[in-house]
Amino acid sequence: MSSAALLEVEDLTLHRGGNRILDHVTLSLAPGETLALVGESGAGKSTIATALMGLLGPKDARIEGHARLEGQGELLGMPERRWSKLRGRRLSMIFQDAGSALNPCFTVGRQLVTVLRRNLGLSRTAARARALELFERVGINDAEARLSAYPHQLSGGMQQRVMVAIALACNPDLLFADEPTSALDVTIQAQIIRLILDETRTRGASCIFVLHDLALASQSCDRIVVLYAGQVVESGVTAEILEAPRHPYTAQLKSCVLEIGTRDLDPPEGSVGSYAAMPKGCRFARRCPRALPRCAEERPPLVPAPDGDRALACWNPL
Amino acid sequence: MTDMAPGTAARPEQPVFELLDVEKVFQVRPPGSIFSRRTVGLPALDGVRLKVRRGASVALVGESGSGKSTLLRVLLGLDEPTNGRALYNARPIGEMRRAGPAFARDVAMVYQDARGSIDPRMNVGAAIAEPLRHFGIVPPGEIPGRIAELLDRVGLSPDTALRYVSGLSGGQVRRVAIARALASEPSVLVADEAVSGLDVSTQAQLLNLLRRLQREMGLTLLFITHDLGVASYLCEEIAIMYLGRIVETGPTDAVLAAPAHPYSAALRKAAPEFSAPITEPLPGEIPSPLNLPKGCRFAGRCPRAAADCRDVDPELRSHGAGRMVACLHPLDAP
Repeated sequence: MSSAALLEVEDLTLHRGGNRILDHVTLSLAPGETLALVGESGAGKSTIATALMGLLGPKDARIEGHARLEGQGELLGMPERRWSKLRGRRLSMIFQDAGSALNPCFTVGRQLVTVLRRNLGLSRTAARARALELFERVGINDAEARLSAYPHQLSGGMQQRVMVAIALACNPDLLFADEPTSALDVTIQAQIIRLILDETRTRGASCIFVLHDLALASQSCDRIVVLYAGQVVESGVTAEILEAPRHPYTAQLKSCVLEIGTRDLDPPEGSVGSYAAMPKGCRFARRCPRALPRCAEERPPLVPAPDGDRALACWNPL
Repeated sequence: MTDMAPGTAARPEQPVFELLDVEKVFQVRPPGSIFSRRTVGLPALDGVRLKVRRGASVALVGESGSGKSTLLRVLLGLDEPTNGRALYNARPIGEMRRAGPAFARDVAMVYQDARGSIDPRMNVGAAIAEPLRHFGIVPPGEIPGRIAELLDRVGLSPDTALRYVSGLSGGQVRRVAIARALASEPSVLVADEAVSGLDVSTQAQLLNLLRRLQREMGLTLLFITHDLGVASYLCEEIAIMYLGRIVETGPTDAVLAAPAHPYSAALRKAAPEFSAPITEPLPGEIPSPLNLPKGCRFAGRCPRAAADCRDVDPELRSHGAGRMVACLHPLDAP
């Protein structure tokens, strides 16, 4: 972890209803970098993003650990008043389902103008001019007319473009994109991912993608963090990890990805299982083909590999 | 087989399903009007030709708005085609459906929303018993035994019969839906996005299950999907749809190895692939079927569109071994 990191998360642990939903999650992000959180449903990918946006209610969960944002200091435990100054300005988020994230009662133009006026203090006309410019930038044709459209009048792809415009309206340093394309068709998916990458790159912003598609992560992100049941099992440079996964879970996840022309899949049986009945040690131990007796008892720490920028939590790596 | 070139089949075999220039037009209010009585025709399917051979596995692929679901409704006899003929074993599907339960028994369906397709107040056993009783598959005394057999076939333990869908995981619910579809001993299984929205390992488990069932039971499988990877894993044949038309059909491997229609090629390129850069996507979005262009309906987004594409609407024509394509300027003419 370098001192130049934009975001450093250390031992982020989250308890909810007696279960440990996130277990000592550690990751860091450099300015301008794109990072993918990958794993299966229930692995805690979205929870990490929600926690780092300060959107978990204090009542639902108990959070431990640290998350430091460059220039801001410790994020966890900040009062809501300070969170609301960060959100939209330095941190912003693109949600999975733009159709339900946008307010159905207001035109999309008004929703964007509100963000601009509130966060940048622009006048009504200046905000409208900026909104028009943003709509054009994110590839909305006939932007003038679309400003006065309601969300339901737009296609899924257009709604997601509106979300991108709103998220980038105030030039945030860090953008979270939570499965931004899983509700879209593949050709539209490629358009939206490229749009997010191009726009964050030109602004020098960092981006954390939450993805379940490992192939898509390999195409879009510099680094990946692989999660299993709330634990980071492996993290590092995307190409290196996917080239030679060292954690048995990463290898298994990769082997399940279906590409055109795949002939045989050999998926593991069973499923993640309940959080209430997790082993004390490595949570993957029950399904791991390489499990040793100590795996279920002792949690393997996430250790940086001696060679290069990579970390691994496994007692018996590949 | 999807429409072989004449002369290639030595013995003409009776296809299970045959669609001959099927057209389905829905009457809708023009956009923007709420109270108007005037309606306009929305062509959801237009000139669809498809043959499904007995025992074949066919993937229907297309993006939202391509007409996949309407085609499915026509195949199941839930919608009558406005024009053209939709045949099941050489008889009109609608007629077969009205004639009695034989059609519904022989053609089973797995819905996209598996959880929503099963009554939440019935336990799994009761849900599977329904088709067994309705079609009189086994005498009442043998129903529990048959339920256990069906659950075993889809890889669930017999005690799942006492559970409710609300307590099952996404993958388990899909298995229950498959077991229920198989209860009537069908010869055709139609599945609408049966493996979408699942984790990769669960998806892989289900794909292996479907593949095994299709082979062991000799099922005819019609699989609707938006995922080319799923299509290539499960189906020998593929039909790619765009805006109410089938634009390309043929053996899946051949079509995906060298797509002839520019739209198929774009879909092929847009599918995520390890460590390949994200390619230049197709520009724009699928247009509204309410104002279709005069010529080829893909011309507005097509990188190869020529002047004649905007005038002439291309028909599905033979393009090499077992393949057909609806394009005036297909890629790599054989």
